[in-house]
Amino acid sequence: MNHDAYPDNYIRGILNSVKSIAMVGASPVNVRPSYFAFKYLAQRGYDMIPVNPGHVGKELLGKPFVASLRDLGRPVDMIDIFRSSSHIMPVVEEALTLDPLPKVIWMQLGARDDAAAEKAEAAGIKVVMNRCPKIEYGRLSSEISWMGVNSRTLSSKRPPMPMQGMRLSLNRTSVGGGDTAASDRAAKAKNEQS
Amino acid sequence: MSDRLPGFSTLAVHAGAQPDPTTGARATPIYQTTSFVFNDADHAASLFGLQAFGNIYTRIGNPTNAVLEERVAALEGGTAALAVASGHAAQVVVLQQLLQPGDEFIAARKLYGGSINQFTHAFKSFGWNVVWADPDDITSFERAVTPRTKAIFIESIANPGGSITDIEAISTVARKAGVPLIVDNTLASPYLIRPIDHGADIVVHSLTKFLGGHGNSLGGIIVDAGTFDWSTGGKYPMLSEPRPEYHGIRLQETFGNFAFAIACRVLGLRDLGPALSPFNAFMILTGIETLPLRMQKHCDNAKAIAEFLSGHPAVASVSYAGLPGDKYSQLARKYAPRGAGAVFTFSLKGGYDAGVSLVSKLQLFSHLANVGDTRSLVIHPASTTHSQLDDAAKIRSGAGPDVVRLSIGIEDKEDLIADLEQALSA
Ligand SMILES: Cc1ncc(COP(=O)(O)O)c(C=O)c1O
Repeated sequence: MNHDAYPDNYIRGILNSVKSIAMVGASPVNVRPSYFAFKYLAQRGYDMIPVNPGHVGKELLGKPFVASLRDLGRPVDMIDIFRSSSHIMPVVEEALTLDPLPKVIWMQLGARDDAAAEKAEAAGIKVVMNRCPKIEYGRLSSEISWMGVNSRTLSSKRPPMPMQGMRLSLNRTSVGGGDTAASDRAAKAKNEQS
Repeated sequence: MSDRLPGFSTLAVHAGAQPDPTTGARATPIYQTTSFVFNDADHAASLFGLQAFGNIYTRIGNPTNAVLEERVAALEGGTAALAVASGHAAQVVVLQQLLQPGDEFIAARKLYGGSINQFTHAFKSFGWNVVWADPDDITSFERAVTPRTKAIFIESIANPGGSITDIEAISTVARKAGVPLIVDNTLASPYLIRPIDHGADIVVHSLTKFLGGHGNSLGGIIVDAGTFDWSTGGKYPMLSEPRPEYHGIRLQETFGNFAFAIACRVLGLRDLGPALSPFNAFMILTGIETLPLRMQKHCDNAKAIAEFLSGHPAVASVSYAGLPGDKYSQLARKYAPRGAGAVFTFSLKGGYDAGVSLVSKLQLFSHLANVGDTRSLVIHPASTTHSQLDDAAKIRSGAGPDVVRLSIGIEDKEDLIADLEQALSA
């Protein structure tokens, strides 16, 4: 997979197929990006599990925190890692000990570890790096257009009214809606520097 | 559902607009409302806390305006955009995110006269200090960089003379200085030049001109290229530091490659207040649907008229980058191969008086202070748009006393030439 620019169909396939998501580094603090994403994905119908050893015994929007991936106690489709790039590898290594393996490992906006991605992909796991599932879901459903964001999708079909708790269609009969290649190039250059 | 990239004209018609979810209306409805109901208290809190996508109050966002924002972001190849009340409002909102009192920004000397006024006087009272550089001498930008420099501002095609700016060369200076390059793309429109492809980090427009295109609605827009890393060095605290306005959110960390557009919305537009009317957004959106057709006609007409004027005995010189011998023709070929725009100046052998007389005799050209209308327009910058500048500054910015500026419309070029012919020879 080219991790500098993902085809929409790759992201769409992931968000359409996964049902359960363990979020590593989920925060109960309601101004943290992980809290935003956790709440949004829960509202869009995903089965969310917060993973954070610092908050065991507490709940995040009614879901009890678990300390680590080993403590999930059940299979999950996707692991969404809210940790900085230097803390990715141990989480991926732990994910690779799960049985069954997760189908997807997703690293948040700003997080990228190509070596960890390679290991996961070698085990047949799909990887997304430096993206936010909330933003991608909002983009492909065009919900994010409310914020003037370039969803890069076009459609002549009438969309459903987005209501709380509703899964939105990510399958808009769309063509790609124009490029943001400059942004992808800048992200790549930044990654190569670091 | 393929990842095929649509062309410019397709984006101009479709980007951002889908049938209305409630009614199925195909044209974008005018959501002429100040406010939007919340589903419940939690939804309201999520929206105010920036946790959910949605509408609150039209000063912060509006569904009609959002279509316009996505449309222009797509045409420019940006990640997001924010529409505001005017081009000038766009400039204030952008710089408010970047500068603290005492900071500096470098601006090209050749700019719309109103921008020169805004930067010199209004911004000075905010403690934002403009440092001028010469777009024809790239090293003047390098020399102007200091530790307090926070941004560089240029026009792609510069007012009033229609000169073409070497965006790539100046973007290299900006990158070296670690500051974003802001390009005012008003006179080119994305049909002629897409500054993001040449290294711009932020694009602003007066939508009032070619994008709206019909001389009926004021508007402005800010496009985020998603290229600048705001987190380095704490230089841009509006983007990188916890915001007390939002209980400690860091915008770059939360919104990634469209954080700048969000900052402009939730810190700039929300608190300064220059919101665009949804009615104006609708008018401008309708205009944008025909942008590729109009812009090509504007350029083709402008070239024919520039050629006519350069052969006329009463004309001393024509400054149009689309003419082969022009000083900027090489840059025009590189940056604007489809046409060098439709705003240019020429000077008359008869000087100031001949300029005044020409303007009064024209019958199709309208004498007014705007550009980028379907109608052809004429003005004498020295006595109007650039009148606040002293004589030396007038000449430096291409608005000397003998200079007349035209904005060529989409009428039949033969009629425009006939009008100029009668006014010049009478
Ligand atoms: C190049 C340019 N930038 C900015 C502006 C300001 O835009 P507005 O009049 O929409 O505030 C103008 C208006 O003439 C312009 O020509």
